[in-house]
Amino acid sequence: MIEIQDVYKTFGENEVLKGITAIFHPGKNNLIIGGSGSGKTTLLKCIVGLHEPTKGDVIFDGENFTNMNFEQRVPIRTQIGMLFQNSALFDSMTVEQNIMFPLNLFTNQTKAEKLDRANFCLERVNLAGKNKLYPSELSGGMKKRVGIARAISMQPKYLFVDEPNSGLDPVTSILIDELIAELTAEYSITTVVVTHDMNSVMGIGDHIIFLHQGKKWWEGSNKEIAKTDNKELNNFVFASPFMRAAKASL
Amino acid sequence: MFHSLGKYILLLRLSFRKPEKFSVYWAEIMREMVSVGIGSLGIVAIISLFIGAVATIQTAFQLISDFIPKTVVGGITRDSTILEFSPTISALVLAGRVGSAMASQIGTMRVTEQIDALEIMGVNAPGYLISPKIISGVTMIPLLVIVSVGLGLTGGYIACWASNDVSTTDYMRGLTDGFNPVIATVCAVKAISFGFVITSICSYQGFYVNGGSLEVGQSATRGVVWSCIMILFCDLIISRLLL
Repeated sequence: MIEIQDVYKTFGENEVLKGITAIFHPGKNNLIIGGSGSGKTTLLKCIVGLHEPTKGDVIFDGENFTNMNFEQRVPIRTQIGMLFQNSALFDSMTVEQNIMFPLNLFTNQTKAEKLDRANFCLERVNLAGKNKLYPSELSGGMKKRVGIARAISMQPKYLFVDEPNSGLDPVTSILIDELIAELTAEYSITTVVVTHDMNSVMGIGDHIIFLHQGKKWWEGSNKEIAKTDNKELNNFVFASPFMRAAKASL
Repeated sequence: MFHSLGKYILLLRLSFRKPEKFSVYWAEIMREMVSVGIGSLGIVAIISLFIGAVATIQTAFQLISDFIPKTVVGGITRDSTILEFSPTISALVLAGRVGSAMASQIGTMRVTEQIDALEIMGVNAPGYLISPKIISGVTMIPLLVIVSVGLGLTGGYIACWASNDVSTTDYMRGLTDGFNPVIATVCAVKAISFGFVITSICSYQGFYVNGGSLEVGQSATRGVVWSCIMILFCDLIISRLLL
Protein backbone atom coordinates (compact mmCIF):
# COMPACT_ATOMS: atom_id res chain seq x y z
CA MET A 1 0.00 0.00 0.00
CA ILE A 2 1.21 3.51 -0.82
CA GLU A 3 -0.02 6.54 1.10
CA ILE A 4 0.58 10.08 -0.02
CA GLN A 5 -0.13 12.64 2.64
CA ASP A 6 -0.69 16.32 1.90
CA VAL A 7 1.94 16.49 -0.86
CA TYR A 8 2.91 19.91 -2.19
CA LYS A 9 5.40 20.57 -4.95
CA THR A 10 6.60 23.98 -6.02
CA PHE A 11 8.94 24.90 -8.88
CA GLY A 12 10.09 28.46 -8.22
CA GLU A 13 6.92 30.51 -7.98
CA ASN A 14 4.81 27.82 -9.61
CA GLU A 15 2.91 25.62 -7.16
CA VAL A 16 2.17 22.46 -9.17
CA LEU A 17 0.77 20.19 -6.44
CA LYS A 18 -1.40 21.64 -3.72
CA GLY A 19 -1.86 19.21 -0.88
CA ILE A 20 -2.62 15.86 -2.51
CA THR A 21 -3.64 13.03 -0.20
CA ALA A 22 -4.47 9.53 -1.43
CA ILE A 23 -4.07 5.84 -0.68
CA PHE A 24 -3.19 3.27 -3.35
CA HIS A 25 -4.06 -0.32 -2.47
CA PRO A 26 -2.31 -3.50 -3.67
CA GLY A 27 -3.92 -5.57 -6.42
CA LYS A 28 -5.71 -2.54 -7.81
CA ASN A 29 -5.11 -0.40 -10.85
CA ASN A 30 -4.83 3.08 -9.37
CA LEU A 31 -5.16 5.70 -12.07
CA ILE A 32 -4.14 9.34 -11.85
CA ILE A 33 -5.93 11.34 -14.52
CA GLY A 34 -6.17 15.01 -15.39
CA GLY A 35 -5.59 17.52 -18.13
CA SER A 36 -2.18 18.66 -19.38
CA GLY A 37 -0.37 20.61 -16.66
CA SER A 38 -2.63 19.32 -13.90
CA GLY A 39 0.35 17.79 -12.06
CA LYS A 40 -0.09 14.07 -12.84
CA THR A 41 3.50 13.34 -13.83
CA THR A 42 4.86 15.61 -11.09
CA LEU A 43 2.85 13.65 -8.53
CA LEU A 44 4.16 10.36 -9.94
CA LYS A 45 7.74 11.68 -9.80
CA CYS A 46 7.21 12.81 -6.20
CA ILE A 47 5.95 9.34 -5.27
CA VAL A 48 8.94 7.51 -6.80
CA GLY A 49 11.47 10.04 -5.51
CA LEU A 50 12.54 11.64 -8.80
CA HIS A 51 11.23 14.92 -7.35
CA GLU A 52 11.33 15.72 -3.65
CA PRO A 53 7.96 17.03 -2.39
CA THR A 54 8.14 20.59 -1.05
CA LYS A 55 5.89 19.42 1.78
CA GLY A 56 4.10 16.20 2.69
CA ASP A 57 5.01 12.52 2.89
CA VAL A 58 5.02 9.45 0.70
CA ILE A 59 4.72 6.22 2.67
CA PHE A 60 5.40 2.76 1.24
CA ASP A 61 3.87 0.08 3.49
CA GLY A 62 4.42 2.13 6.63
CA GLU A 63 7.93 3.36 5.70
CA ASN A 64 8.25 7.08 5.13
CA PHE A 65 10.08 7.28 1.78
CA THR A 66 10.32 11.08 1.82
CA ASN A 67 12.50 11.19 4.93
CA MET A 68 14.98 8.58 3.68
CA ASN A 69 18.40 9.25 2.15
CA PHE A 70 19.67 7.57 -1.04
CA GLU A 71 21.03 4.45 0.69
CA GLN A 72 17.89 3.98 2.82
CA ARG A 73 15.72 4.20 -0.30
CA VAL A 74 17.55 1.45 -2.19
CA PRO A 75 15.67 -1.52 -0.58
CA ILE A 76 12.33 0.12 -1.47
CA ARG A 77 13.52 1.07 -4.93
CA THR A 78 14.43 -2.53 -5.71
CA GLN A 79 10.75 -3.30 -5.11
CA ILE A 80 9.64 -0.62 -7.56
CA GLY A 81 9.12 -1.23 -11.26
CA MET A 82 8.43 1.65 -13.57
CA LEU A 83 7.36 1.96 -17.18
CA PHE A 84 8.23 5.35 -18.63
CA GLN A 85 6.31 7.26 -21.26
CA ASN A 86 9.01 6.58 -23.88
CA SER A 87 9.95 3.23 -22.30
CA ALA A 88 13.46 4.52 -21.36
CA LEU A 89 15.16 1.31 -22.48
CA PHE A 90 18.95 1.45 -22.44
CA ASP A 91 19.93 1.97 -26.09
CA SER A 92 23.30 0.27 -25.80
CA MET A 93 21.83 -2.96 -24.44
CA THR A 94 19.80 -5.71 -26.06
CA VAL A 95 16.29 -6.57 -24.84
CA GLU A 96 17.70 -9.38 -22.73
CA GLN A 97 20.43 -7.18 -21.22
CA ASN A 98 17.85 -4.50 -20.41
CA ILE A 99 15.74 -7.00 -18.48
CA MET A 100 18.75 -8.59 -16.75
CA PHE A 101 20.27 -5.21 -15.77
CA PRO A 102 18.55 -4.84 -12.36
CA LEU A 103 19.12 -8.55 -11.69
CA ASN A 104 22.85 -8.10 -12.37
CA LEU A 105 23.06 -5.21 -9.93
CA PHE A 106 20.84 -6.30 -7.08
CA THR A 107 20.77 -10.09 -7.00
CA ASN A 108 23.34 -12.85 -6.64
CA GLN A 109 21.63 -15.11 -9.16
CA THR A 110 23.71 -17.15 -11.59
CA LYS A 111 23.74 -16.18 -15.25
CA ALA A 112 21.44 -19.12 -16.08
CA GLU A 113 18.93 -18.05 -13.41
CA LYS A 114 18.95 -14.47 -14.67
CA LEU A 115 18.47 -15.67 -18.23
CA ASP A 116 15.56 -17.86 -17.12
CA ARG A 117 13.96 -14.87 -15.40
CA ALA A 118 14.48 -12.68 -18.48
CA ASN A 119 12.92 -15.34 -20.72
CA PHE A 120 9.99 -15.72 -18.32
CA CYS A 121 9.39 -11.94 -18.31
CA LEU A 122 9.60 -11.82 -22.10
CA GLU A 123 7.13 -14.67 -22.42
CA ARG A 124 4.83 -12.89 -19.96
CA VAL A 125 4.71 -9.85 -22.25
CA ASN A 126 4.41 -12.01 -25.42
CA LEU A 127 7.87 -11.21 -26.71
CA ALA A 128 9.53 -14.62 -26.39
CA GLY A 129 12.58 -14.96 -28.63
CA LYS A 130 13.23 -11.24 -29.01
CA ASN A 131 16.17 -11.41 -26.59
CA LYS A 132 18.90 -10.23 -28.92
CA LEU A 133 17.13 -7.27 -30.50
CA TYR A 134 18.18 -3.73 -29.65
CA PRO A 135 15.59 -1.06 -28.68
CA SER A 136 16.10 0.67 -32.04
CA GLU A 137 14.81 -2.50 -33.76
CA LEU A 138 11.52 -2.55 -31.81
CA SER A 139 8.16 -0.92 -32.53
CA GLY A 140 6.58 1.48 -30.00
CA GLY A 141 4.30 -1.24 -28.59
CA MET A 142 7.17 -3.74 -28.31
CA LYS A 143 9.28 -1.15 -26.48
CA LYS A 144 6.47 -0.66 -23.98
CA ARG A 145 6.23 -4.39 -23.46
CA VAL A 146 10.00 -4.71 -22.96
CA GLY A 147 9.70 -1.80 -20.51
CA ILE A 148 7.06 -3.76 -18.61
CA ALA A 149 9.22 -6.91 -18.73
CA ARG A 150 12.14 -4.94 -17.24
CA ALA A 151 9.83 -3.40 -14.64
CA ILE A 152 8.61 -6.81 -13.44
CA SER A 153 11.98 -8.58 -13.62
CA MET A 154 12.66 -7.92 -9.91
CA GLN A 155 9.13 -9.08 -8.96
CA PRO A 156 8.14 -5.60 -7.75
CA LYS A 157 5.59 -4.81 -5.06
CA TYR A 158 4.90 -1.44 -6.67
CA LEU A 159 4.46 -0.71 -10.37
CA PHE A 160 4.38 2.84 -11.74
CA VAL A 161 3.34 3.53 -15.28
CA ASP A 162 3.60 6.91 -16.98
CA GLU A 163 1.29 7.40 -19.98
CA PRO A 164 1.34 3.74 -21.15
CA ASN A 165 -0.77 4.47 -24.23
CA SER A 166 0.98 7.51 -25.64
CA GLY A 167 1.95 7.02 -29.27
CA LEU A 168 0.25 3.63 -29.56
CA ASP A 169 -2.61 2.55 -31.80
CA PRO A 170 -5.91 1.74 -30.01
CA VAL A 171 -5.50 -2.04 -30.29
CA THR A 172 -1.97 -2.03 -28.87
CA SER A 173 -3.09 0.42 -26.17
CA ILE A 174 -5.77 -1.99 -25.00
CA LEU A 175 -3.27 -4.87 -25.03
CA ILE A 176 -0.86 -2.87 -22.84
CA ASP A 177 -3.71 -1.93 -20.46
CA GLU A 178 -4.81 -5.55 -20.21
CA LEU A 179 -1.24 -6.66 -19.55
CA ILE A 180 -0.86 -4.12 -16.75
CA ALA A 181 -4.19 -5.17 -15.24
CA GLU A 182 -3.30 -8.90 -15.46
CA LEU A 183 0.10 -8.40 -13.81
CA THR A 184 -1.45 -6.25 -11.08
CA ALA A 185 -4.03 -8.91 -10.23
CA GLU A 186 -1.66 -11.87 -10.68
CA TYR A 187 1.11 -10.60 -8.37
CA SER A 188 -1.04 -8.31 -6.20
CA ILE A 189 1.09 -5.33 -7.16
CA THR A 190 0.23 -1.79 -6.09
CA THR A 191 -0.03 -0.24 -9.54
CA VAL A 192 -0.20 3.50 -10.18
CA VAL A 193 -0.90 4.58 -13.75
CA VAL A 194 -0.77 8.15 -15.00
CA THR A 195 -2.96 8.49 -18.06
CA HIS A 196 -5.38 10.64 -19.96
CA ASP A 197 -6.56 7.81 -22.16
CA MET A 198 -10.28 7.30 -21.64
CA ASN A 199 -10.15 3.67 -22.79
CA SER A 200 -7.75 2.98 -19.91
CA VAL A 201 -9.92 4.90 -17.48
CA MET A 202 -13.05 2.99 -18.38
CA GLY A 203 -11.26 -0.34 -18.93
CA ILE A 204 -8.94 -0.80 -15.94
CA GLY A 205 -9.66 2.10 -13.55
CA ASP A 206 -10.33 0.30 -10.24
CA HIS A 207 -9.44 3.45 -8.34
CA ILE A 208 -9.19 6.82 -10.06
CA ILE A 209 -7.90 10.16 -8.85
CA PHE A 210 -8.72 13.21 -10.95
CA LEU A 211 -6.30 16.11 -10.60
CA HIS A 212 -7.33 19.62 -11.53
CA GLN A 213 -5.15 22.71 -11.04
CA GLY A 214 -2.80 20.77 -8.78
CA LYS A 215 -5.53 19.55 -6.44
CA LYS A 216 -7.32 16.23 -6.02
CA TRP A 217 -10.67 17.14 -7.53
CA TRP A 218 -12.41 13.77 -7.54
CA GLU A 219 -11.80 10.18 -6.44
CA GLY A 220 -13.72 7.05 -7.33
CA SER A 221 -13.85 4.07 -9.70
CA ASN A 222 -14.58 3.64 -13.40
CA LYS A 223 -18.11 2.57 -12.48
CA GLU A 224 -18.70 5.80 -10.58
CA ILE A 225 -17.13 8.12 -13.13
CA ALA A 226 -20.07 7.96 -15.55
CA LYS A 227 -22.52 8.95 -12.83
CA THR A 228 -20.60 11.82 -11.30
CA ASP A 229 -21.91 15.34 -11.50
CA ASN A 230 -18.46 16.87 -10.97
CA LYS A 231 -18.35 19.56 -13.67
CA GLU A 232 -14.58 19.65 -14.25
CA LEU A 233 -14.33 15.86 -14.38
CA ASN A 234 -17.23 15.62 -16.81
CA ASN A 235 -15.65 18.30 -18.99
CA PHE A 236 -12.44 16.28 -19.01
CA VAL A 237 -13.77 12.74 -19.44
CA PHE A 238 -16.66 13.53 -21.74
CA ALA A 239 -14.93 16.20 -23.78
CA SER A 240 -15.70 14.67 -27.18
CA PRO A 241 -19.22 14.41 -28.70
CA PHE A 242 -18.69 10.65 -28.98
CA MET A 243 -18.05 10.29 -25.25
CA ARG A 244 -21.00 12.54 -24.44
CA ALA A 245 -23.22 10.36 -26.61
CA ALA A 246 -21.84 7.25 -24.94
CA LYS A 247 -22.61 8.72 -21.52
CA ALA A 248 -26.15 9.65 -22.58
CA SER A 249 -26.78 6.09 -23.71
CA LEU A 250 -25.71 4.64 -20.33
CA MET B 1 29.66 30.25 -11.85
CA PHE B 2 30.07 29.22 -8.17
CA HIS B 3 26.73 27.41 -8.32
CA SER B 4 27.97 25.36 -11.29
CA LEU B 5 31.30 24.67 -9.59
CA GLY B 6 29.45 23.44 -6.50
CA LYS B 7 27.19 21.20 -8.60
CA TYR B 8 30.26 19.85 -10.42
CA ILE B 9 32.03 18.99 -7.15
CA LEU B 10 28.91 17.36 -5.68
CA LEU B 11 28.45 15.32 -8.86
CA LEU B 12 32.05 14.11 -8.62
CA ARG B 13 31.45 13.11 -5.00
CA LEU B 14 28.34 11.15 -6.01
CA SER B 15 30.24 9.55 -8.88
CA PHE B 16 32.73 7.91 -6.55
CA ARG B 17 30.27 6.47 -4.05
CA LYS B 18 30.61 2.75 -3.31
CA PRO B 19 29.32 0.80 -6.34
CA GLU B 20 26.26 -1.43 -5.99
CA LYS B 21 28.12 -4.33 -7.59
CA PHE B 22 31.75 -4.03 -8.61
CA SER B 23 31.55 -6.59 -11.45
CA VAL B 24 28.92 -4.55 -13.31
CA TYR B 25 30.99 -1.37 -12.93
CA TRP B 26 34.14 -3.22 -14.02
CA ALA B 27 32.46 -4.30 -17.26
CA GLU B 28 31.45 -0.69 -17.87
CA ILE B 29 35.00 0.55 -17.17
CA MET B 30 36.40 -1.94 -19.70
CA ARG B 31 33.85 -0.85 -22.30
CA GLU B 32 34.75 2.80 -21.79
CA MET B 33 38.48 2.03 -21.94
CA VAL B 34 38.05 0.36 -25.31
CA SER B 35 35.94 3.27 -26.53
CA VAL B 36 38.39 5.95 -25.34
CA GLY B 37 41.65 4.08 -26.01
CA ILE B 38 41.17 1.97 -29.12
CA GLY B 39 38.54 4.32 -30.53
CA SER B 40 40.87 7.32 -30.41
CA LEU B 41 44.06 5.59 -31.51
CA GLY B 42 43.64 6.43 -35.21
CA ILE B 43 43.12 10.17 -34.83
CA VAL B 44 45.89 10.46 -32.22
CA ALA B 45 48.31 8.54 -34.47
CA ILE B 46 47.60 10.75 -37.48
CA ILE B 47 47.94 14.09 -35.67
CA SER B 48 51.05 12.93 -33.80
CA LEU B 49 52.90 11.87 -36.95
CA PHE B 50 52.12 15.18 -38.67
CA ILE B 51 52.86 17.36 -35.65
CA GLY B 52 56.21 15.61 -35.08
CA ALA B 53 57.15 16.06 -38.72
CA VAL B 54 56.11 19.70 -38.82
CA ALA B 55 57.86 20.48 -35.52
CA THR B 56 61.10 19.00 -36.88
CA ILE B 57 60.92 20.86 -40.20
CA GLN B 58 60.15 24.20 -38.55
CA THR B 59 62.83 23.81 -35.88
CA ALA B 60 65.38 22.92 -38.55
CA PHE B 61 64.29 25.96 -40.61
CA GLN B 62 64.80 28.32 -37.66
CA LEU B 63 68.15 26.88 -36.60
CA ILE B 64 70.08 26.85 -39.87
CA SER B 65 73.41 28.24 -38.77
CA ASP B 66 76.99 27.02 -38.80
CA PHE B 67 77.27 27.85 -35.12
CA ILE B 68 74.43 25.53 -34.01
CA PRO B 69 74.97 21.77 -34.15
CA LYS B 70 72.32 19.94 -36.18
CA THR B 71 71.65 17.57 -33.27
CA VAL B 72 69.85 20.42 -31.49
CA VAL B 73 66.87 19.93 -33.83
CA GLY B 74 66.29 16.41 -32.44
CA GLY B 75 66.57 17.66 -28.86
CA ILE B 76 64.11 20.51 -29.37
CA THR B 77 61.64 18.30 -31.21
CA ARG B 78 61.84 15.72 -28.43
CA ASP B 79 61.31 18.22 -25.62
CA SER B 80 58.51 20.14 -27.33
CA THR B 81 56.77 16.91 -28.35
CA ILE B 82 56.93 15.38 -24.88
CA LEU B 83 56.20 18.58 -22.98
CA GLU B 84 53.58 20.23 -25.11
CA PHE B 85 52.57 18.83 -28.47
CA SER B 86 51.69 15.28 -27.49
CA PRO B 87 49.81 15.87 -24.22
CA THR B 88 48.15 19.19 -25.04
CA ILE B 89 47.31 18.81 -28.72
CA SER B 90 46.17 15.21 -28.18
CA ALA B 91 44.00 16.36 -25.26
CA LEU B 92 42.42 19.15 -27.31
CA VAL B 93 41.62 16.68 -30.09
CA LEU B 94 40.33 14.11 -27.58
CA ALA B 95 38.10 16.75 -25.97
CA GLY B 96 36.39 17.02 -29.36
CA ARG B 97 36.24 13.31 -30.03
CA VAL B 98 35.78 11.66 -26.64
CA GLY B 99 34.34 14.56 -24.64
CA SER B 100 31.56 15.45 -27.04
CA ALA B 101 30.58 11.77 -27.35
CA MET B 102 30.39 11.43 -23.55
CA ALA B 103 28.34 14.63 -23.11
CA SER B 104 25.90 13.64 -25.85
CA GLN B 105 25.59 10.05 -24.63
CA ILE B 106 24.78 11.07 -21.05
CA GLY B 107 22.65 14.00 -22.25
CA THR B 108 20.59 11.72 -24.49
CA MET B 109 20.13 9.30 -21.60
CA ARG B 110 18.89 12.23 -19.51
CA VAL B 111 16.33 13.52 -22.01
CA THR B 112 15.06 10.02 -22.83
CA GLU B 113 14.54 9.28 -19.10
CA GLN B 114 17.15 6.49 -19.05
CA ILE B 115 18.88 8.20 -16.10
CA ASP B 116 15.53 8.42 -14.31
CA ALA B 117 15.09 4.69 -14.98
CA LEU B 118 18.48 3.99 -13.36
CA GLU B 119 17.57 6.08 -10.31
CA ILE B 120 14.18 4.38 -9.94
CA MET B 121 15.95 1.01 -9.89
CA GLY B 122 18.10 2.23 -7.00
CA VAL B 123 21.26 2.62 -9.09
CA ASN B 124 23.60 5.49 -8.26
CA ALA B 125 23.35 7.00 -11.76
CA PRO B 126 26.40 9.34 -11.49
CA GLY B 127 28.49 6.43 -10.21
CA TYR B 128 27.37 4.02 -12.92
CA LEU B 129 27.61 6.51 -15.79
CA ILE B 130 30.40 8.92 -14.85
CA SER B 131 32.99 7.06 -12.75
CA PRO B 132 33.81 4.50 -15.51
CA LYS B 133 34.32 7.39 -17.94
CA ILE B 134 36.65 9.26 -15.58
CA ILE B 135 38.62 6.10 -14.79
CA SER B 136 38.96 5.31 -18.49
CA GLY B 137 40.04 8.91 -19.16
CA VAL B 138 42.78 9.01 -16.54
CA THR B 139 44.14 5.64 -17.62
CA MET B 140 43.74 5.60 -21.40
CA ILE B 141 44.59 9.21 -22.23
CA PRO B 142 48.10 8.89 -20.69
CA LEU B 143 48.58 5.70 -22.73
CA LEU B 144 47.44 7.53 -25.85
CA VAL B 145 49.90 10.32 -25.03
CA ILE B 146 52.75 7.78 -24.78
CA VAL B 147 51.77 6.46 -28.22
CA SER B 148 51.55 10.06 -29.42
CA VAL B 149 55.07 10.85 -28.20
CA GLY B 150 56.46 7.79 -29.96
CA LEU B 151 54.69 8.59 -33.20
CA GLY B 152 55.55 12.31 -32.98
CA LEU B 153 59.24 11.50 -32.75
CA THR B 154 58.82 8.98 -35.57
CA GLY B 155 57.15 11.72 -37.62
CA GLY B 156 60.21 13.90 -37.02
CA TYR B 157 62.48 11.08 -38.17
CA ILE B 158 60.45 10.63 -41.36
CA ALA B 159 60.62 14.40 -41.99
CA CYS B 160 64.42 14.35 -41.63
CA TRP B 161 64.71 11.36 -43.94
CA ALA B 162 62.41 12.91 -46.54
CA SER B 163 63.68 16.49 -46.47
CA ASN B 164 67.42 16.13 -45.79
CA ASP B 165 67.34 19.38 -43.74
CA VAL B 166 68.89 17.39 -40.91
CA SER B 167 70.42 13.95 -41.29
CA THR B 168 68.63 11.11 -39.53
CA THR B 169 71.85 10.35 -37.64
CA ASP B 170 71.98 13.91 -36.23
CA TYR B 171 68.28 13.74 -35.42
CA MET B 172 68.65 10.45 -33.54
CA ARG B 173 71.71 11.74 -31.67
CA GLY B 174 69.73 14.87 -30.70
CA LEU B 175 66.85 12.74 -29.44
CA THR B 176 69.05 10.73 -27.11
CA ASP B 177 71.42 13.47 -25.91
CA GLY B 178 70.79 15.33 -22.66
CA PHE B 179 67.41 13.82 -21.84
CA ASN B 180 65.99 15.24 -18.61
CA PRO B 181 63.51 12.76 -17.00
CA VAL B 182 61.52 15.65 -15.47
CA ILE B 183 59.90 16.30 -18.84
CA ALA B 184 58.50 12.76 -18.84
CA THR B 185 57.03 13.38 -15.38
CA VAL B 186 55.49 16.67 -16.53
CA CYS B 187 54.05 14.89 -19.58
CA ALA B 188 52.50 12.17 -17.39
CA VAL B 189 51.00 14.68 -14.94
CA LYS B 190 49.54 16.68 -17.81
CA ALA B 191 48.08 13.59 -19.50
CA ILE B 192 46.39 12.35 -16.31
CA SER B 193 45.04 15.83 -15.49
CA PHE B 194 43.73 16.36 -19.02
CA GLY B 195 42.08 12.92 -18.94
CA PHE B 196 40.25 13.89 -15.77
CA VAL B 197 39.31 17.35 -17.06
CA ILE B 198 37.86 16.09 -20.36
CA THR B 199 35.81 13.23 -18.93
CA SER B 200 34.52 14.98 -15.81
CA ILE B 201 33.55 18.28 -17.45
CA CYS B 202 31.84 16.65 -20.41
CA SER B 203 30.02 14.15 -18.19
CA TYR B 204 28.84 17.02 -15.97
CA GLN B 205 27.53 18.94 -18.98
CA GLY B 206 25.65 15.87 -20.22
CA PHE B 207 24.26 14.88 -16.82
CA TYR B 208 22.47 18.17 -16.21
CA VAL B 209 20.89 18.61 -19.64
CA ASN B 210 17.35 19.90 -19.57
CA GLY B 211 15.16 19.79 -22.64
CA GLY B 212 15.59 17.88 -25.89
CA SER B 213 17.97 17.13 -28.73
CA LEU B 214 18.90 20.80 -29.22
CA GLU B 215 20.04 21.07 -25.60
CA VAL B 216 21.98 17.79 -25.89
CA GLY B 217 23.95 19.29 -28.80
CA GLN B 218 24.52 22.49 -26.86
CA SER B 219 25.74 20.54 -23.83
CA ALA B 220 28.26 18.67 -25.99
CA THR B 221 29.53 21.98 -27.39
CA ARG B 222 29.76 23.49 -23.90
CA GLY B 223 31.59 20.40 -22.67
CA VAL B 224 34.19 20.65 -25.43
CA VAL B 225 34.67 24.42 -25.01
CA TRP B 226 35.05 24.24 -21.23
CA SER B 227 37.34 21.20 -21.50
CA CYS B 228 39.61 23.03 -23.96
CA ILE B 229 39.76 26.11 -21.73
CA MET B 230 40.52 24.02 -18.64
CA ILE B 231 43.13 21.94 -20.52
CA LEU B 232 45.02 25.12 -21.42
CA PHE B 233 44.63 26.49 -17.89
CA CYS B 234 45.92 23.24 -16.33
CA ASP B 235 48.74 23.20 -18.90
CA LEU B 236 49.88 26.59 -17.68
CA ILE B 237 49.60 25.70 -14.00
CA ILE B 238 51.41 22.34 -14.34
CA SER B 239 54.17 23.87 -16.46
CA ARG B 240 54.65 26.68 -13.96
CA LEU B 241 54.70 24.35 -10.95
CA LEU B 242 56.79 21.49 -12.30
CA LEU B 243 59.32 23.15 -14.60
